[in-house]
Amino acid sequence: MTTVQPTVVSAEAVDVATRGGAGAARRRPRGSRPFRSPQAQELWGWTFVAVPMLLFLTFVIIPVVMAVVLSFTDYAVIGDPEWVGVENYRRILDDPIFWLALRNTVIYTVMFVPLGVLVALGTALLLNRSSRVVNLFRTLFYIPVVASTVATATIWYWLLNPQSGLFNIVLGWFGIDGPAWLYDSKWAMTAIVLMSVWSGFGTNMLIYLGGLQGIPRELYEAVRIDGANAWQSLRYITLPGLSRTTFLISTLLIIGAFQVFDQAYLLTKGGPGNSTLTVVYYIYNQGFGGLKMGYASALSFVLFLIIAVFSILNFRLTSRSQS
Amino acid sequence: MTADAQTYVLRATRPRTPRQRLGTALWFVAVLLISLTTVFPLVWTIVTSLKPEGEILTSSLRIWPDAPTLENYVRAWTTVPFGRYFFNSTFLAVAGVVLNIFFGSLAGYAFARLRFRGKRVLFGALLSSLMIPGIVTMVPTFLVLRRFPFAGGNDLFGDGGTGFINSYWAVILPGAAGAFAVFFMRQFFASMPEELAEAARIDGASEFRIFAQIYMPLASAGAAVLGILTFQAGWNSFMWPLIVLSDRSMLTVQVGLAAFKSEHTTDYGPLMAGTVIVSLPVLLIFVLAQRYIIEGVAHIGSK
Repeated sequence: MTTVQPTVVSAEAVDVATRGGAGAARRRPRGSRPFRSPQAQELWGWTFVAVPMLLFLTFVIIPVVMAVVLSFTDYAVIGDPEWVGVENYRRILDDPIFWLALRNTVIYTVMFVPLGVLVALGTALLLNRSSRVVNLFRTLFYIPVVASTVATATIWYWLLNPQSGLFNIVLGWFGIDGPAWLYDSKWAMTAIVLMSVWSGFGTNMLIYLGGLQGIPRELYEAVRIDGANAWQSLRYITLPGLSRTTFLISTLLIIGAFQVFDQAYLLTKGGPGNSTLTVVYYIYNQGFGGLKMGYASALSFVLFLIIAVFSILNFRLTSRSQS
Repeated sequence: MTADAQTYVLRATRPRTPRQRLGTALWFVAVLLISLTTVFPLVWTIVTSLKPEGEILTSSLRIWPDAPTLENYVRAWTTVPFGRYFFNSTFLAVAGVVLNIFFGSLAGYAFARLRFRGKRVLFGALLSSLMIPGIVTMVPTFLVLRRFPFAGGNDLFGDGGTGFINSYWAVILPGAAGAFAVFFMRQFFASMPEELAEAARIDGASEFRIFAQIYMPLASAGAAVLGILTFQAGWNSFMWPLIVLSDRSMLTVQVGLAAFKSEHTTDYGPLMAGTVIVSLPVLLIFVLAQRYIIEGVAHIGSK
């Protein structure tokens, strides 16, 4: 949607914020009169938004502009930034670890987003009934969202223990010899995906439930009279009716998935053998581990572009399935 | 509870044919299975935290310990300064709640109810900032805090000290007036009638009084939802506190638990006890305010 434009809009906003800020300072309100002119309301408006906008300028607009500039420099926090032109971006192209991290992140996204949408949609459809017991299950389904990623990761760390973990015990009942999960480079990312879906689907389930309420009942009545079965009314009424919600949820999931960090940091520290090193984890290592602030900024911009491209692709895909 | 609810549903839906009855039964099997996967890990965590060391590995599936003990809690609490972490997390989360409700309401009200030049552009910029991935501003925000003039031993040009890094400000300032909070509160004020303000203006009330005494009380339910969501997000946040707070005495419960986990990888008992300690406040708030939380999230989705 508008994912590509923020930097343009932000530059505009810096301009407005500085001009408006100066204007508000020049004409401070001097006490209130009973009948206020539009000008007086203008002063109050600016007074109300002054502090929030100052914080917005300092911690959003300025950082966005800084990120662009920094990505063309070599900067180690201490000392002055050194201008290096497009050197950082050229280095990214030849950086094998970046490509590995990108590959891991794409694998994560490709597994996590469809699974996240399906589980949220499935549970929402299950709970889209009018009875009081539904509220109880809605609460129970939502519980994993309440726990922090650290708490969830600590629990899953144990659930996934190869010998005494619940996963492999249950798999053992069915005669399956479970993998070593977090210690196996083939399975570690899958484990992280499963944990992320488990801990996050509750929110999207609620959003889907909101979307389901918005589909008019008469449509279902109409297709039932035409002799449609449950699958057909799902396919031709429910899914098209939810396409806006699906677009919202999948966009949020894509943006989040490309920035996955906490889970990988907490469960595997990027291992084994870099198999769960994600792009944000790599940026974290470069920026705050190696103090390469310029290179880290360039990496974040590249990631931003990739997120924008995938969001646009997703928009195309969702809008096509709608028509 | 479940049995009561079940009979209620059976009566409410009144399945007429055997097929419909089978459908209801299958539905119950499905939702009970899903509930098991969402709730059981947490129950198991609590149970494990109460088991003595020997029982944890030998009878890990046993749902109740033979000899329940609080020894894991004692060990978790004494090996790590959880009390200090608790204070840090509580302070940061509460400060976030207060500031976001205050600034979010103030700015949200102005954007919804007052006329001033530049309003549309500002609000548009704020809204589109919600689309910027957090990773883009992460490094520069760290640098802004670190090189903030006259903070933490810095001079005018931000040299000489460490700025706001390793202080509460490093977490509080960047999140004090989130774009989300402004947007969320604006939605509430936008739906309120204009006439209340007109009447008060004729009576000579100042714009701040109109906001504080007439509109704010009407928006208190919305502010409560915002407060709960902000508290949860603040209490559970991990990456930013990990980056800006490195001093041992400044850690939050989440960063503290993560450090505890990597130092005691196989001490499952104390680890699970620590997890319970860290999760207790948010779980408690969820149990008390779950209706508001669930409706609040659904409200966001309907926008």
